[in-house]
Amino acid sequence: MADTTHPEGGHGEQKSRRDFLYLTTAAVGAVGVAAFIWPFIDYMNPAADVLALASIQVDLSAVEAGQAITVMWRGKPVFVRHRTPGEIEAARAVDVDTLKDPQPDSARVQEGHDQWLVVVGICTHLGCVPLGQKPADPRGDYGGWFCPCHGSHYDTSGRARLGPAPTNLPVPEYSFMSDTRITIG
Amino acid sequence: MAQGLAESHYSNPTIRWIDSRLPIFTMMHKEYGEYPAPKNFNYFWNFGALAMVVLLVMIVTGIFLAMHYTAHVDHAFNSVEAIMRDVNYGWLMRYIHMNGASMFFIVIYIHVFRGLYYGSYKQPRELLWMLGVVILLLMIMTAFLGYVLPWGQMSFWAATVITNLFSAIPLVGESIVTWLWGGFSVDNPTLNRFFALHYLLPFVIVGVVFLHVAALHITGSNNPLGIEPKSKRDTLPFHPYYTIKDMFGLGVFLIFWAMFVFFAPNYLGHPDNYIPADPLVTPPHIVPEWYFLPFYAILRAVPDKLFGVILLFGAIVVLFFLPWLDTSKVRSTRFRPVYKWFFWLFVVDCVVLGYCGAMPAEGIWLVLSQLGTIYYFGFFLVIMPLVGKFERPRPLPASISEPVLPQSGGGPLPAGATAKPMEKA
Ligand code: HEM
Ligand code: FES
Repeated sequence: MADTTHPEGGHGEQKSRRDFLYLTTAAVGAVGVAAFIWPFIDYMNPAADVLALASIQVDLSAVEAGQAITVMWRGKPVFVRHRTPGEIEAARAVDVDTLKDPQPDSARVQEGHDQWLVVVGICTHLGCVPLGQKPADPRGDYGGWFCPCHGSHYDTSGRARLGPAPTNLPVPEYSFMSDTRITIG
Repeated sequence: MAQGLAESHYSNPTIRWIDSRLPIFTMMHKEYGEYPAPKNFNYFWNFGALAMVVLLVMIVTGIFLAMHYTAHVDHAFNSVEAIMRDVNYGWLMRYIHMNGASMFFIVIYIHVFRGLYYGSYKQPRELLWMLGVVILLLMIMTAFLGYVLPWGQMSFWAATVITNLFSAIPLVGESIVTWLWGGFSVDNPTLNRFFALHYLLPFVIVGVVFLHVAALHITGSNNPLGIEPKSKRDTLPFHPYYTIKDMFGLGVFLIFWAMFVFFAPNYLGHPDNYIPADPLVTPPHIVPEWYFLPFYAILRAVPDKLFGVILLFGAIVVLFFLPWLDTSKVRSTRFRPVYKWFFWLFVVDCVVLGYCGAMPAEGIWLVLSQLGTIYYFGFFLVIMPLVGKFERPRPLPASISEPVLPQSGGGPLPAGATAKPMEKA
């Protein structure tokens, strides 16, 4: 390093002392700058009010078998579907090992509440809201949801079956308060 | 000349006083007055100047829009509608700005393909070219951020899909997306920061354009023959020869732009963006603006999320390496009988990809996107290096003047050929 700054060189001891001073100054400067950058990066992360978004309660009593509702949670749509016995059957009949993101249906619903599927309604590809909540919507080749953006198909367990979506629709944290009432979050 | 002052050739005392302390007049005269430009420029050499004008117009109209725009999810859409209906000449500002983004990309794409055809990226202009690619990247970001501001359905879903591209990054992807959003979905913090950055980036572009032009004025301009000027005979002073040519081109271009602004202001846009953003409903066909369609087709051509995203970014990053991927010593495609065909096929490929990007990603369109993507990368990574090695280029003229003024060629002049070439030209 010193060779390039002082090509004539010569003063061996002087040179290494100067190098040491350069290096320590630069190192202290770099650490200082790095420490000062962090507040700027973290500034852009979710603020306290955004993080404090409370959990929500959803009443399921009006949702008939075969129907679905969409609720808003943390600014995102959550799909709650009341599955028919046929749909549950279809979700259970799949050989789990053939899935992209292998998960049995039983791991995606709560025990004793097999008819209720609760998933975050955001396509795991690039974040569109898949179709399939309204009766007239296309539900894709596997009877669950179809994402119009780049053609991902989800089954009746919300699992990615076809198209670019790499993973299943995530199941949010939720619990049953009663048979017809859940708390999400 | 007093000590510590720069030498100035201006006689006007005020100009001279300034110029000898801050030689901006001398610099402007040198870079835009005398700057020796090859005399054989065709109209493709207008587009750099056009791009500069568009950038200026975007900044001016943008600043005026910002005076009435509100970057808040509850007000953004309405504030843009108010600009359109209530603010004096608001419709004009917005339509100029909105179509200006398209004009910017038309101009820049022509400018880039010009460079591609005439080999302007080759030694010694590598850095000049790479600065251009940086400008292209900044423009892409700026246009994307701006498109989100009116907070219509397309704005919202474009923001969602594009920011989600980063979720493909292993391990840290999700955290990066949350960081970009400032929340758990595209929401008010996202809109706010997008506005701040949309305001900032054009000025960064101005800075990089300055470096781009500074680099240009070191190497000098390329020209349609792709050979360096050999003598003063091969060049013309920039002013008045090319200032006037650029002005003429600008006039034609402004007519084109005005046609859109006044007669088809929404032709290039998407009607869904006049529906306010709704986080619960994705429009059935989301398509980006036309200038992103080829890249969108590349993204969708791949059934794998991470790989699709890598190819999308790779499609632009590969341009940085062009100076080293092209192994041919000859710059201008005019003299490259084999490469020529691959070049035009590449142009067609980009158009086909663009068309596929606007179509649903299934059936024939998916197959075409895949073929198009293969050719896109094959062109840069395989064809360019190989053709340069095997092709036998056509003979280059000895100088720029030679083909038009046979006697003024680079070699020893035949007797009697020393007559003033300008008079014959
Ligand atoms: C590189 C130059 C620029 C490009 C390519 C660009 C691009 C865009 C685009 C595509 C839109 C969306 C138009 C629409 O659909 O309504 C937009 C909107 C906007 N831009 Fe820019 N812009 C540029 C510079 C600027 C600058 C310097 C400002 C200054 C603050 C600005 C302020 C705005 C505002 C306030 C809007 C929202 C109003 C609207 O949507 O019409 N822009 N921009
Ligand atoms: S976002 Fe759903 S398929 Fe791409």
